[in-house]
Formats: sequence, structure tokens, C-alpha cells
Amino acid sequence: MRKITIDPITRLEGHGKIEIFLNDEGNCDRACLQIPELRGFEKFCEGRPAEEMPRITTMICGVCPTAHHMASTKALDDLWKVEPPPAAKKIRELMYNAFQAEDHILHFFFLGGPDFVVGPQAPAGERNILGVIAKVGLEAAGKVIEVRKRLRNVLRIIGGKPVMPTCGLPGGVSKQITEEERKQIIETGEYAVDFSKFALGLFDDIVLKNKDYVDLIVGDVYSHRTYYMGLVDENNKVNFYDGHIRVVDPGGKEFAKFRGQDYLEHIREHVEPWTYGKFSYLKNVGWKGFVDGEESGVFRVAPLARLNTADGMATPLAQQAYERMYETLGGKPVHSTLAFHWARLIEALYASERLLELARDPELTSPDIVNLPTEIPKEGVGVVEAPRGTLIHHYQTDDRGILTGVNLIVATQNNSAAINMSVEKAAKSLIKKGEVPDGILNMIEMAFRAYDPCHACATHSLPGRMPLEVNVYDSKGELVRKLKRD
Amino acid sequence: MAKPKVAFYWCASCGGCEEAVVDLNEDLLKVADAVDIVLWPVALDFKRKDVEALSDGEIAVSFINGAVRLEEQEEMVKLLRQKSGLVVAFGACAHLGGIPGLGNFWNRDAIFQRVYKEVPTVENPEGTLPQEKVAIDVGELTLPEFYDTVKTLAQTIPVDYYLPGCPPPPDLIMNAVNAILKGELPERGAVLAPEKSLCDTCPRAEKKPEKISIAEIKRPWEIKLDPEKCFLEQGIICLGPATRSGCGETCIKANMPCRGCFGPTREVEDQGAKGLSMMASILGLEEEEKMTEEEVKKLIDGIVDPAGTFYRFSLPASLLRRRRIE
Repeated sequence: MRKITIDPITRLEGHGKIEIFLNDEGNCDRACLQIPELRGFEKFCEGRPAEEMPRITTMICGVCPTAHHMASTKALDDLWKVEPPPAAKKIRELMYNAFQAEDHILHFFFLGGPDFVVGPQAPAGERNILGVIAKVGLEAAGKVIEVRKRLRNVLRIIGGKPVMPTCGLPGGVSKQITEEERKQIIETGEYAVDFSKFALGLFDDIVLKNKDYVDLIVGDVYSHRTYYMGLVDENNKVNFYDGHIRVVDPGGKEFAKFRGQDYLEHIREHVEPWTYGKFSYLKNVGWKGFVDGEESGVFRVAPLARLNTADGMATPLAQQAYERMYETLGGKPVHSTLAFHWARLIEALYASERLLELARDPELTSPDIVNLPTEIPKEGVGVVEAPRGTLIHHYQTDDRGILTGVNLIVATQNNSAAINMSVEKAAKSLIKKGEVPDGILNMIEMAFRAYDPCHACATHSLPGRMPLEVNVYDSKGELVRKLKRD
Repeated sequence: MAKPKVAFYWCASCGGCEEAVVDLNEDLLKVADAVDIVLWPVALDFKRKDVEALSDGEIAVSFINGAVRLEEQEEMVKLLRQKSGLVVAFGACAHLGGIPGLGNFWNRDAIFQRVYKEVPTVENPEGTLPQEKVAIDVGELTLPEFYDTVKTLAQTIPVDYYLPGCPPPPDLIMNAVNAILKGELPERGAVLAPEKSLCDTCPRAEKKPEKISIAEIKRPWEIKLDPEKCFLEQGIICLGPATRSGCGETCIKANMPCRGCFGPTREVEDQGAKGLSMMASILGLEEEEKMTEEEVKKLIDGIVDPAGTFYRFSLPASLLRRRRIE
């Protein structure tokens, strides 16, 4: 028996560690992605006043604080049964789309994209943001920095600071938008729409015009037939901020559609002793282990899952891009994990278009930004689509709104069973008779990076790449081979 | 001259401090040019033994963010201390314990019980809990130990300087980096931020009355928040008087009260105690003489979560450190 450890360098803090076990024939027997990290928000938030949650749960993740901030704020609306005024809803949705666009664009250029833009077979040293710059040119790279800066400035205008926003209140938001700020946001929206079109054009030129890449995307190594989950609006179009949760089966048929408040009827979590992370599954299908297909409750979330779940996009350019993706990849649903990258860019375009739509609405600057709660609080659920998938906050309180129960279903946890399966499938396909080819490093990394997993999320926005190391041990525990990718 | 070696490291944190470094934008490139980054887990390849191979003190400065909760975090920061001339606690979690420090209201068992058994979505009839060492059918897997208590960095290793905030703002980060490069550092143990309270620099300070008296405490959702009036004057708990300035008043500018992520000023040992005494001094000040005991109690009960409010970011660093669990 041999064991291979892939430790994405963050081993000490723990943003995910992969262990691969080989059998006596030297083939991959099992792969486990461990989350060696836990902080216990579900417990230590008990006793806190519920209205503080949007300012506490942001610290779950400094890369996607806006997602937690918004899910939490919406849970407060539901807790106090208070409906925000139209302007407050628009401000929130606008902020949320600015965040989605920024996060998606960044993932594509800094982390996920280099595999495609520079190429999966390119030398490891070039498969990074610098390689991307070399390929797309300095001017384009400057645009990446510029769009990030501008979108983060929108977050600053509305929420105070881009890392750890503070503006959410039950029934509204804390700060009004000025006409001058609105103009600035319109400019940013226009810039972001242009940039997203440019990014999709780049994907077209570099990836879709290359048959090898397309074969890689549609190939079996990176495919899983699973259920999919995502928020949809009243027309079943993708929506990040609000709507109903819809689930489709592996054939693409609607399996369930429900309000966030009814999530307990549909979602369960499985516990394994070898990781601090939990695994979500569909209650009405059941946990059948780390397997795909109709019989297994494993589902997927995040960009591709949202597109598979919905009937389309609510903005014109994103809708065109959506149609093109499904035409190219042979219809819905698409099960190819690598198509998450394409879906992410389509969503960035939607987020930019939606941001611009909302910014152009003069009601955005209305002073009517909050409705004060009058009901006695008891229980509330808030759902948004985080960049990495469906995110649920569920609070129970006493009559004064002091928390007595907190449950959080975070996006990456919804994907974690599938991420394990994807890593295992890549390892099984690539490791044969004890042969561990050099390419396995990137190929396995590609399997989980497509999900943009949040246990690596601190990594995902930074210049540079997650370095990997694979150690191969023989049955006596001796190190026989070491592979390293800078 | 060789460039000074710099290390960035993270413990129990959320990635927000890394985002704050990237938010330096163009300045990040200048920093990267002036120093030799020997360790930055998110961006550069690194192995623990590479750090072990350095001679003691060879790293000019290590910036460490996050609180300390796991065995492995403790080992790594001890190693970095040995190899570094200076250690800077970066951000509220390393400085004070931060939000993960609220975990000190509970312990490992209570947290595991809630997360893996009690929450309404968990289906766990066998009561499975994560194990530090577990044999599955194909081999053995390990997890790092999860401690009962969250510690600050200074409770784990000696710390030379502190960069406060959740997260530290870009100007303070750049000031600190420049001070280190030029060797113009204040005395050891200093917090690298202004020696003023947030109230002193608050944009609402001008309109703040000489004397504030709170007749009734309001929660932020109970009133329409006035965007110009002092929060305390509105009856809203704001930690401005007990908190160090330097954040750029970002929360105040978003019309929300301070929650104290910068920690206390130099002369204050315990931020929560300071916050409590500040509130005590202004609660019912005007009517103090006339109030019945019952009225006083009612007024004080308006502070619905004193420990979680005044120690929001600083429980592990406080005199209390943690709740006692029998």
C-alpha cells in the first residue's frame, strides 16, 4: 500500500489537503480531500444579538465576506418579518453583483484561467498570472487590475470597506447613495460589462478555437452526472441575490423548487471522521457515499450548477453567451467540471450587466432605505448565491432577538462531496500501476480548482499560484518519489 | 546590499488579511521589489524545512495573521519566531484574538456537539466526530488537534509590533513596511497606529455634545440611524471611546457604529472593561438622581450582550481570556 499526499502548502492553517491511497497493483484506490480547519461559528454566535450577525459572519471568509454579509442580512429580514423598501433592495443587489463580478473575474485571471489561457501543457513556471500577462499583453493585464479596483470601490461606497462590509440591517441598509456616487457606479458598470465581454472573447479565441482544450473540457476524466442546485427568479433565470432554490436531476429535469425557509425539507449534512468539513446531500434522495448518478443525493452548486439549474440568464448579453455555451457543449445539462470556468465568465457578464441596470435606476438614490421592524423575532432564513454556490444562514432567537440557534450551510460544503469525487476520478484515471506521471499534479489540481473551493479561497485572489507537492511513499513508508510544481 | 527577507504567515484567519495585502494595488509591487519574500503560503512555494534551514534571525520580519487554535499553528509560529528578527502581529485576530476568539465562550466539546450533532441539517445517527487520527479501510488519516481555547499571537510567542484592524488598512500597512525598511521603528511592543481614540478622529466629533447622557439604549434596527449625529447620542452602543483610531472610520462612514476591531489605546489594558465603564458613565447621566433601582436595572438591561459586544474582537487578549466551563 502506498499513500500520496498532496498538500497545497497551506497545510498548517488548513485550506485542504489531499491524500491518495494506492492499492497493491499501484492503482488509485481512494482519494480524500481533508479540511483540517474549524472555527465553530454555529456555536459561538449563540447569545449574540441577531442584528450583529452581518458584521460577525463576514469573518467566516475574508475573500467572500459580502456573501455572508448578504445572506445574514436577508436572514434578519426574515427573522423580523420586515420587507426592505425598493431602494434598499436595489442597493443590496447592486452591491452583491459588484462583488460577484469582481470575484469571478479575479478567479478566472489569477487562479483558474492560467490553465487555459497559458495552457494545461505549458511549463509550470508559466502557468500563473505572469504567464497570463505574457499571453494577453500588458494592456489587458492592466484592465484586470483596473476592473478589480473599480468594483471594490463600489463595495467601499456602499459597505464601508470591501473586506468586511458593514451596511446590512433588518429591513434595509444603513447608508443612502448620493447622485455623485451613482454616476461613479454607472461608469464602473459600463467598464465591467466591456471587460466581461473582453474576457469571454479571450476564452473564445484561446480555448474554444483549440480542439485539444475542447476535448479536455468534454472528456470523461472531468465529468460527473450529479444533481444541481441554484437560486432562480420568477422566470427561472439565474439570480444571485434572491429567488427560489431550484434543483434539477442529472437528466436536467426539475427535481425540486422551494423557498429558502423550507431548506430543512431538502438538505442534509453527512459527517466523516477524517475531516472537519461536512458533506451536503439531498435529503429526499439520501446519502449513498461519494458516488454520482440519479440514486445518489450528491449535488453540485456554483457557476455551472446555476446555469444547469436555470432556464437562462436575465440580461441580454449573458443570455447569448449562455445559449452559445450549451450549443457548443451539446445541450443541457453540462456535466463537465471544467465548464465551470466558462460558466463563471458568463456569470461575470450577467453580474456586470445587472450592476449597470441597477445603477441606471434613479430610485437607487432614494432616502427611503430602511423599514423598521415591528414584529417579535423568532426564526429567520437567508439565502444567496455566493460565488461558490448556494449559501444559507438560519437563525433562531428569543423574543428580544438574541440568538439561540445558528445553522450555516456554506457554499463549498455543498460541493465538497463532488470535489472529493472529482479528485478521486482524476487520480484513478491518471495513476496506473504505480506510475505517477508529472502531469498528475496539474491535472488533479485542475479537478478541484474548477470549483474555486473556498477552503483554498484565501489563495484564489492572489497573484501567484498554489504550489503543490506530491510525495509518493512505498509500502514501508519510504519516500520514493517527489514531484514539485512551483 | 542584500534585500531584507520577509515572511507572511497565517493561522486561524479568514483570508481577509491576505486580501488587504492585495488591496495595496500598485504599492504591492513596490514592496515586492524592495524585499525578498521567503515565505508567503498563498503565493509562493515553501516547505517547512526551507524555513528550518534558515539561520536564526535570518528573516528580517515575519508578518503573522490569525489567532492560534491548532497545534500546527503553534509549532509554525514558534519556528518563525526563532528565525525572525522581528515579528509583527498582523490584524485583529493575531493582535487580540478577533472574531474566532468568541470561541472562548465555549470549548472544543461544545463546538463539536453543535456543529456535528445538533444543527438541524446534520444526519449523524452514530454520533461520528472528526478524529485526530482515524483508520479508514484503505489507510490512516490525520487532522491537527483543535484546542479548547483561542490564543492571541503574543500569548504564544513574543511579539515585537502590532498592526491592528479587521483588516489593517492599506496606509497603515505601508507605513509599517516603510518604517521597517528605514529602521525607524517605535519602541518594542508598540501598536503601529495613531495614539488617539476613534472618537477623536470621528467625522461626527464636531457635532458631538460636550456631555452625553443615554436615557434608553437603542439597537441599530430600532431607530432610523442619523448619518451625522454621534451614535452614542442616538442611544446606539458605539465602541469609539474605547477603540484606537487609524481605521479611516470606514464603518462610521457607512453609517454603522464602531465594534472595536482596532483594540484599545496604549493606556488601556482591557478594551471591554473600558467600554463598559464608558457606558456606565453616560447611562442615565441626566436623570441619575431621580431614577429608581428598577429603572436603573431596566436601562442597563438594554445592553443585551455585554461580553459579546465590548469584547467583540478582544476576548482572548482580555483579562477574562475565556469563559470558565465547569
